[in-house]
Amino acid sequence: MNNLFQALMDIVGEDHISNRQEELFIYSWDLGTTEPHKPDFVVSPRTTKEIQKIMELANREKIPVVPLGGGLSLAGLAVPFKGGILVDLKRMDTIIEVNEQARYALLECGVSQGQLTSYLERNHPHLTHSEPGAPPTATIAGNAAIHGQGDLSQPYGFNSDMINGLEIVLPTGEVCCFGSCSIGAGWFTQHPLPDVGLFLGWTGTTGIITKISLRLFPCKKIRGTALFVVDDEDQVPEIYYKITHTQMCEDIVAFSQTIPPYAGGLHHFTVNLAADSEKELELKQEIIFDDALGKIIQQGYGGYLGFTPGLQHPQISKTSDWRKGGGFEYVGGIMPVSQYPECYRRGKEISERHNIPYTVLGRCIGAAHAMMFSWTYAFNRSDPETIHHAREAMRETDELALELGGTIWKPGIYGQKLVMDRMDPNTLELMKKIKQLLDPNGIMNPGNWEVKS
Amino acid sequence: MYTLKFDEQKCLRCPTHACLTKCRYMDMDKDSAGEEILRIARGEDSFVLHDCVTCYACEEYCPMNNHPFYLIVQRQEELNVPPLPRPLIRRGINMGVPFRGDPVIEELNGKALLMGAFSDHMFLIQGRLFEGLPVISSDPRKMFHYFCQLMYLHYSRISVINERLPKIINTISMHNVTEIICFHDECYGAYTSYCPAMGIDVPFKPIHLFEFLYNRLLELKDQIRDVNLRVAYQRPCSARLSPDKHHFVEDIFRLIGAEPVPRKYSGEDALCCGGAIEGQRREGSRKRALDIQRRNISDMADAGAEVCVFNCPACYHTMEHSVAQKGIKPVYMSDLCRLAIGERPARWR
Ligand SMILES: Cc1cc2nc3c(=O)[nH]c(=O)nc-3n(C[C@H](O)[C@H](O)[C@H](O)COP(=O)(O)OP(=O)(O)OC[C@H]3O[C@@H](n4cnc5c(N)ncnc54)[C@H](O)[C@@H]3O)c2cc1C
Ligand code: SF4
Ligand code: SF4
Repeated sequence: MNNLFQALMDIVGEDHISNRQEELFIYSWDLGTTEPHKPDFVVSPRTTKEIQKIMELANREKIPVVPLGGGLSLAGLAVPFKGGILVDLKRMDTIIEVNEQARYALLECGVSQGQLTSYLERNHPHLTHSEPGAPPTATIAGNAAIHGQGDLSQPYGFNSDMINGLEIVLPTGEVCCFGSCSIGAGWFTQHPLPDVGLFLGWTGTTGIITKISLRLFPCKKIRGTALFVVDDEDQVPEIYYKITHTQMCEDIVAFSQTIPPYAGGLHHFTVNLAADSEKELELKQEIIFDDALGKIIQQGYGGYLGFTPGLQHPQISKTSDWRKGGGFEYVGGIMPVSQYPECYRRGKEISERHNIPYTVLGRCIGAAHAMMFSWTYAFNRSDPETIHHAREAMRETDELALELGGTIWKPGIYGQKLVMDRMDPNTLELMKKIKQLLDPNGIMNPGNWEVKS
Repeated sequence: MYTLKFDEQKCLRCPTHACLTKCRYMDMDKDSAGEEILRIARGEDSFVLHDCVTCYACEEYCPMNNHPFYLIVQRQEELNVPPLPRPLIRRGINMGVPFRGDPVIEELNGKALLMGAFSDHMFLIQGRLFEGLPVISSDPRKMFHYFCQLMYLHYSRISVINERLPKIINTISMHNVTEIICFHDECYGAYTSYCPAMGIDVPFKPIHLFEFLYNRLLELKDQIRDVNLRVAYQRPCSARLSPDKHHFVEDIFRLIGAEPVPRKYSGEDALCCGGAIEGQRREGSRKRALDIQRRNISDMADAGAEVCVFNCPACYHTMEHSVAQKGIKPVYMSDLCRLAIGERPARWR
């Protein structure tokens, strides 16, 4: 171990490695209910070259490697279950290029959501990206690695669909490029070349993303949120459908929660709109709220609550105040929009059974092609009983998401097993082969997506 | 059970039927106005119940203090003709439910200022004008224990007001107060207009915020410097419940050297902020609210207003952006008064 420490220190420098217990403790847990586990070392590399050397070393020594961005994905996805080297990527934070014309940004993997947002606001106010509702320290690469969604997911899909190219360090240490960059043609497109799908959604089990070319989108002068509310969950799919038909929104989220009392039993839609002028904004509002939803309002089943300038992100973290002790975790399901009513009803039941105020939310992805439906469970960090309840509730919810015909988004190990149990055997076999090919020694984020023989 | 004191006989003797002839959302001559208000008084349906935008104004228009607006709302509820869609009513009703513990009851034995459900607006009662004044409902977590409930007039829910308001009054009384300065004039209207109309007892003396501000400014007169601003006042719907206090607006402006611009939509002819209208069921409500807002703000701008003076936080939140876009600064009356005595309110730029 001492030799290893020295070898890692030679790669990243003495200020960027630690095996001190207090620092290992910090890296041993995430915000959720997963049992903590300490890594043996934490390193914080600055360059692709350094990462390459770390991987070569780890592969040679067969030591686990866990990449870490903001560490905000919950579900234990970056908890080093088998110890090893935790690679904290936050120092890889250069915004290498913003191409205004082709609307993309080339980023190092540690660039955070908040960093890119403020950089664009300052330097390229006409451009924006699909920022998730996560705290702003979440990284762009970490989000892509789990198929995240953000505030442009309604028009443009998953954030991982917004990628033009990747630079990857493979578990065996080679550096590969995917997308147009791989033929030296710049970073403006991913297709029609061999795909980057080997690395997205794999939660860091197939390699470390070191560079990412992210699509940017027009940022309009006025951005804000209109609110709409219904009291019958069965109406929600139809409303998603009607609003998406207009093709006028940036983000559509329906939510329902026990706290505060006004939100209980109701389904609020935040409908994010963007416009360059009052005229454009009014046209969009007219088409959505007067034409598409007007009848529902007149019949008295749905209500318009006005437009507020200023972008709002879904406020899941507020849930942590529902109980003393400030803990929360959620299961996200990628679900058919038609399942909103059942997701709501069954989720509410699970919450009630575990004595947790219910909090659910459905974010529309694409033209109602799917929704990310989250069931959030609050717990008291210093009360094992409530942690147990939250954990149990999440397991039941993992099963529910699959039962209702959806799939689990960024599942933890329990959910991954449920998914793999149901997976087409040939697909599973292919996953296994890919994993073996890319990571012959099984060092990458072990415990995750492990296909058993 | 509380019963609205509405006297049909007054309507029969009424020379104007001004309640409905003056309504700016329906077009009625004197005869049809008389017929409709009597129809409503008898408990029958009327198009008025369907078309009313709940602007409160007929409460002011009626020269006999006969409470036509409360009557309309009561009938909307009885005949199930809600102006708002069902989910908005449910949401609104639940919004007023206190859920974060009981308030701390401190005995004050005298005068106090009541924030009602605007405890998160404490920044508006700072400085010398409010020095030494005890405040009731200063904790946003507990503010719904002090919520006057009159908002539910927009929701056709007299029953909710009558069920909850006596309990609110009781909570306020537990502070052992004699005089209550109401931060929001809807609270003032609740205690001085609605409660007497319903026969609900109010065991303290309500004071309108503007009357208080005026008297405080008189006490601090030697510190006043003219603000020299051309101002437009945004009169809220609830001001219709206390028209006798409206003169304090002009009185204050005079005292602090603010020049009210000549406006089409002022006093009895004022336009509301539209906030309660935009979500109504009636076809075109969203556009109607927008149109009201646009006419209102254009009128301020055309008259040369530099500043739009607000009383009600709901109006402020509904209009602040549109007002600012027209180059007019939004400001609360209390902040304007602070400016006159040389203080710099937090939001003043
Ligand atoms: C309050 C709250 C709200 C949230 N809202 C949203 C939301 O609206 N939308 C959304 O999509 N997510 C949301 N999330 C989930 C999550 O925080 C985000 O998806 C976040 O972007 C993940 O990025 P991260 O840098 O924190 O990833 P991490 O947690 O650091 O990593 C995620 C996974 O990817 C791996 N990984 C990290 N970096 C790399 C890399 N460079 N190469 C390879 N693998 C890597 C890690 O090992 C881990 O398995 C939310 C989370 C919270 C706490
Ligand atoms: S309510 Fe008032 S204004 Fe209307 S008819 Fe009766 S007395 Fe006249
Ligand atoms: S409240 Fe307003 S809209 Fe309704 S009847 Fe009275 S004046 Fe007309």
